Amino acid sequence: MYRYDEFDQAFVAERVTQFRDQVARRLAGELNEEQFKPLRLQNGVYLQLHAYMLRVAIPYGTLSAHQMRKLAHIARTYDKGYGHFTTRQNIQFNWPRLDDVPAILEELAEVEMHAIQTSGNCIRNVTADHFAGVAADEAADPRPYAEILRQWSSLHPEFLFLPRKFKIAVTGAAHDRAAIQFHDIGYEVKRNEAGELGFAVYIGGGQGRTPMVAKKIRDFLPEEDLLAYSEAILRVYNLHGRRDNKYKARIKILVFETGADVLKEEIEAEFTKIRASALRLPADEIRRIEAYFAPPAYAIALPGEAALAAARQADPGFDRWVASNVTGHRAAGHSIVTISLKPIGAPPGDATADQMDAVADIAARYSHDEIRVSHEQNLVLPHVATADLRSVFDALVTAGLATANAGLITDIIACPGLDYCALATARSIPVAQRISERFAETARQADIGDVKIKISGCINACGHHHAGHIGILGLEKKGEEVYQITLGGSGDETASIGDIVGRGFASDDIVDAVETIVDTYLERREGADESFLAAYRRLGATPFKKALYGAA
Amino acid sequence: MANETARLWKDGGFRPNPWQDWPEDGALEPLDPGTDALVPLERFVADPDVFLARKGRLGVRVAAGEDVAVLAEHLENIALIALEFPSFADGRNYSAARLLRERLGYDGEIRAVGDVLSDQIALMRRCGIDAFLVTHGPTRAALQGGRIPEVRHYYQPVSGPEIEIPAGSRPWARQPAA
Ligand code: SF4
Repeated sequence: MYRYDEFDQAFVAERVTQFRDQVARRLAGELNEEQFKPLRLQNGVYLQLHAYMLRVAIPYGTLSAHQMRKLAHIARTYDKGYGHFTTRQNIQFNWPRLDDVPAILEELAEVEMHAIQTSGNCIRNVTADHFAGVAADEAADPRPYAEILRQWSSLHPEFLFLPRKFKIAVTGAAHDRAAIQFHDIGYEVKRNEAGELGFAVYIGGGQGRTPMVAKKIRDFLPEEDLLAYSEAILRVYNLHGRRDNKYKARIKILVFETGADVLKEEIEAEFTKIRASALRLPADEIRRIEAYFAPPAYAIALPGEAALAAARQADPGFDRWVASNVTGHRAAGHSIVTISLKPIGAPPGDATADQMDAVADIAARYSHDEIRVSHEQNLVLPHVATADLRSVFDALVTAGLATANAGLITDIIACPGLDYCALATARSIPVAQRISERFAETARQADIGDVKIKISGCINACGHHHAGHIGILGLEKKGEEVYQITLGGSGDETASIGDIVGRGFASDDIVDAVETIVDTYLERREGADESFLAAYRRLGATPFKKALYGAA
Repeated sequence: MANETARLWKDGGFRPNPWQDWPEDGALEPLDPGTDALVPLERFVADPDVFLARKGRLGVRVAAGEDVAVLAEHLENIALIALEFPSFADGRNYSAARLLRERLGYDGEIRAVGDVLSDQIALMRRCGIDAFLVTHGPTRAALQGGRIPEVRHYYQPVSGPEIEIPAGSRPWARQPAA
């Protein structure tokens, strides 16, 4: 893991002092709310329906057991005893008091954390593959690059007042678990024919009201040019992105209106002028930062496979959990464990302070002290010895964290919706809860397989419904909540935006509609090997429409 | 308290501001030829010779979104470039400032005008802005009292008016020289 040096520590300390002063000036009336707003947003303080919310950055979703314990402490001391892990690998506290926020930031700085640029029209927390560094299919660990981008983007004096928020994601694997094609910039770490490291560059992806899949503007950008190229993209966007309409202000609209080819030329022209500058990354410096992310010293040749097979046979509950929540690891004798934060019938992504402490303890004992947050709002233990899986499972059962549904139909993403969000037009969490109850039975979930349901409470699409295999968008029509369904969206390397299937469903009917879709898939699939997405892509929308609305 | 009439912060203090805005076309009273005149960029570019021939010093006022590159050939005759910030949330002229300093090599005064608040001043400075026309009372008081909260460790190499030196082995990290 990355460790702060004195410079980084001084940076966050000064930032806390600065924000303490800003809060004091706000409370003294020297700053009005309009003037205070961009300052608090740049420090992660957001005004929700009922209260302020504090969003804490978990850069590229990696944190230590020690840091997790601090998050638990903050939840307990300054909030109502829980936190909410988000689709951008951050954590949100929903009930802090504004005058407590400087103290919270100070506590975070003690464990090398901050809330810088988790909101506002600036470069947001950089995200990465949650299996980074342990995935078997990786060209290189994307996190050293994400860390370099995090530093460069932190309080960048030129780019703190952009037309709109700006999100960067990095993946190191061809199978994209970081949804890079739905980001303002997506970097895919890859090797060229000569074996050198670099990036494929995508720009202009995004969701919201106008969902767009990103355009690839570079097939290979040399590693050393990461910052110069990022700065070129940001400068072109800062100067030319629209500022007349906040719904047209993301870079995706600039790409769309200017044309990807023309914009690419502008970016390349800018890049040529700044390429040979202090932004060029020396290889030894990249390697120095990479060393922080070196894998832990794994015990070699651990036995475990035979014992695991026996344990699975003996306990169907354990067996199902291993089948859905355990993923292959690049190191022999090791596994990646996904801790589902989607227990049946509960709000997706929430964890209590006690659960956070339990995860920290388990990580300290069984996962070389390391935890990840996934953009699917789950937690990950990246370095578990296969021989320890049973012990980890038992500990998770005790903490109420052993739900066996990672990647299955009840592993739902939902935005806060009308229960918390001032912009919402409908509830989303209760819909997620009801769907999850309907499909609770584990054998049925296993049979259905990989289905991603994503729910947003308004067209801003924070629940990523456009990228859901089944997307649900909550709207309001004549005072009633109405849910529109999209099918066939995907956030992986085959990124696509879901198709609207037809008129929306009332709250009472939406769960039945989802079930109808799933049943149609089960009837029409070519076999258990054909996933929902594959079947939809083969069949098209027609059979699903027919099942939902009757013969046209 | 800061003097209500002195709003121009430069070189560590509030200074008199000798510059006058160029009047609209057809105005009753044209500027005296010896006055230092601040001319809108569009007006200047349409007819540079008129302004270059005047006796008083020449300043150019740049609205957010205007391209400063069109000033390139005239920079040595321009004593002041005023960058407008119509709202603190409009960040376009941060880029313009860096382009003027770092790409076009402009070394005259770059002044921020408009919605200039204390929390933006340190950022503006790093981008190359060295003078601030401040209308916000609390910000004037903060400048006067030396209370501009700043983060003095930087993760970006820029060349603003203050000398910054590399910090440690990261080529992108900077600290103030002093
Ligand atoms: S999608 Fe809408 S309701 Fe949901 S969190 Fe975003 S803004 Fe709020």
